[in-house]
Amino acid sequence: MLKTFPKGGVHPPENKITADIPIEYLPLPESVTIPLSQHIGTPSIPAVNKGDSVKTGQVIATGKGFVSANIHSSVSGKVNRIDFALDSTGYKQTAVFIDVEGDEWIGTIDRSKEINREVKLSSEDIIKRCFESGIVGLGGATFPSHVKLTVPSGKKCEVLIINGIECEPFLTSDHRLMLEKGEEILTGVSILMKALKVEKAMIGIENNKPDAIAHIRKLVSAFTGMSVHPLKVKYPQGAEKQLIKALTGREVPSGRLPLDVGAVVHNVGTAFAVYEAVQKNKPLFERVVTVTGKSLSKPGNYMARTGTPLSRLIEAAGGLPGDTGKIINGGPMMGKAVINTDVPVVKGMSGVVLIPREESVRDEIKPCIRCAKCISVCPLNLEPYLLMTLSEKGLFERAEKERITDCMECGSCSFTCPASRPLLDYIRLGKSSVIKMVRERNLK
Amino acid sequence: MSSTILITITSLSVLAFVSAVILYVVAQKFKVFEDPRIDEVQALLPAANCGGCGFAGCRNMAEALVKADSFEGLNCPVGGASVMAEAARILGKIAPVVDPTVAVLLCNGSPEFRPRTSQYDGASDCRISHSLYLGETDCSYGCMSRGDCERACAFDALHMDTATGLPVINDDKCVSCGACVKACPRHLIELRKKAKKDRKIYVACSNCDKGGPARKACNVACIGCSKCYKVCEFDAITIKDNLAYIDAKKCTFCRKCPTECPTNAIIELNFPPRKPKIEVQAETVNG
Repeated sequence: MLKTFPKGGVHPPENKITADIPIEYLPLPESVTIPLSQHIGTPSIPAVNKGDSVKTGQVIATGKGFVSANIHSSVSGKVNRIDFALDSTGYKQTAVFIDVEGDEWIGTIDRSKEINREVKLSSEDIIKRCFESGIVGLGGATFPSHVKLTVPSGKKCEVLIINGIECEPFLTSDHRLMLEKGEEILTGVSILMKALKVEKAMIGIENNKPDAIAHIRKLVSAFTGMSVHPLKVKYPQGAEKQLIKALTGREVPSGRLPLDVGAVVHNVGTAFAVYEAVQKNKPLFERVVTVTGKSLSKPGNYMARTGTPLSRLIEAAGGLPGDTGKIINGGPMMGKAVINTDVPVVKGMSGVVLIPREESVRDEIKPCIRCAKCISVCPLNLEPYLLMTLSEKGLFERAEKERITDCMECGSCSFTCPASRPLLDYIRLGKSSVIKMVRERNLK
Repeated sequence: MSSTILITITSLSVLAFVSAVILYVVAQKFKVFEDPRIDEVQALLPAANCGGCGFAGCRNMAEALVKADSFEGLNCPVGGASVMAEAARILGKIAPVVDPTVAVLLCNGSPEFRPRTSQYDGASDCRISHSLYLGETDCSYGCMSRGDCERACAFDALHMDTATGLPVINDDKCVSCGACVKACPRHLIELRKKAKKDRKIYVACSNCDKGGPARKACNVACIGCSKCYKVCEFDAITIKDNLAYIDAKKCTFCRKCPTECPTNAIIELNFPPRKPKIEVQAETVNG
């Protein structure tokens, strides 16, 4: 019997149509738009001006404060302007527009193909390099990695967990990365282990990727302290707390961090980015993006530079199908629809899913029939139907007591609701209102 | 048999008497004095419990009025000057003159002027739409047409117009309680001073973007060009964050700024038609 997390979860249709398609390097676009907020935390401060010439890998914005990240140019060329641009968050944010001229990389990047497994840097230097290279969590949350690698005094990391779950339907970027860059990922894991000073790393992979499990298992024997764990297929297993529970049996208490139970979780994509940053001195300016959808003629996994407009990805995947109803940044469960195809690729974009019109339309909202399905699927033991009502009525103090801020917005409740109620829409509203309310209260 | 009845009656009577004495003593001991004027003032108030005065209900407002040293800052917008004057008479105080106000929508972005660039199909709630993204148009300041203000209005004074997607405020029914002002996540409703014959001149826009993007998103957006500011002789217009604002207290309704506005963002309502000469001029300016 395979392990999984005990409470809740759903199993949406997997639709992993691009699982067998190798990663393809996307040709450079004519211009890129690089937003200055591609991570959780303070937006970065631009370090270039209009008209400056930049090289690929050059810092164009520096992180401000501890919870922030550097941003690097993904192309070489001239800075056209620094202006507001619509990005995948749905808002206009400051971005650097660069016109591409050639592809000249900064000299410090090691562009050789050979895999360098010997880790020379010390723990502190690895963390510093991660900050300098702008590494953020590539699973989608984009939390700056150097913060997660810095263990505060009094706490101890006992196990490093590597997230190769990819439980979102459609997405296959992590899957392909594990198959094609397995050795690099495992070297990245050993770097992360050194940074965290842990002896043990557990790599969790869902059982719907047997080829990745076999491949990583074969490679892992050459490394010390690592083990591969196939897990039962269940959404949202890729969520930090659920994965820790599934692998170690430890439960992260409400309002606490994984480190409180001695675990740190990093995504396989992040491990690969850490490998490139530490061993090849290459900052994070490109990533694998799955471009997929049932009507696309050539769906695939593309290595794309940040700032590339989505239209280029869709073009490479065979052009925008006529029946497209929604273009989703991320997976269909937790992703967010984008407004147009000029939106740029950012560090946290693991996939672009094109949903046909008839599948994208929401069903009519019907009254709650108190079936409690939302309660049984909630992996965090919340009562979504109640949280929705409380948010709708603006009863945020009560919602706080009902632990609305624990919600990780996995969407299992909305997915399962037979009355198609917009549970998550309202819970998100309540959650943000409660967070705002608590912040104001703490200021007093 | 008769003795049983007698015992019952006697014991119950004694019990009743003792209880009455205890209740009387307790009532005297724990008596809370309540100013009888609170009831009197409360009877005057409209009993709408709308919260327009800033208190939870009319009772709380009555208590606040009785306790207050002066009426400064206390006003029942629903009852208006007459109710406040009557309350002042009962309490022996002076009610300050408060200008009656009315709700006004600071957006004119109907689909005709503000093209839709995306389609929102999430829960029909302005707060959610506002927290999710900039909205169905390129204007991240304007009305999102989900009707939070309509649901907030307890006086049937505000209704969504399906053609324009904007709320329409009925000046006769609006009591200026401010419920819609609080409900709008984009702060598009303002309580403006009422003028005679319900005349209004105001900037029907809240877009703080620079002129270019604002105009691109909406044909009737304020582009912060300052033309109205220059033409105003009464210092009533201020420009802040690329957005003009007309102070209703200073505006004299001279009607110069609406014709000056290159994007027709300044709206004038309930005025007699302009004289032909000015109309010709207005057309060329608007052309």
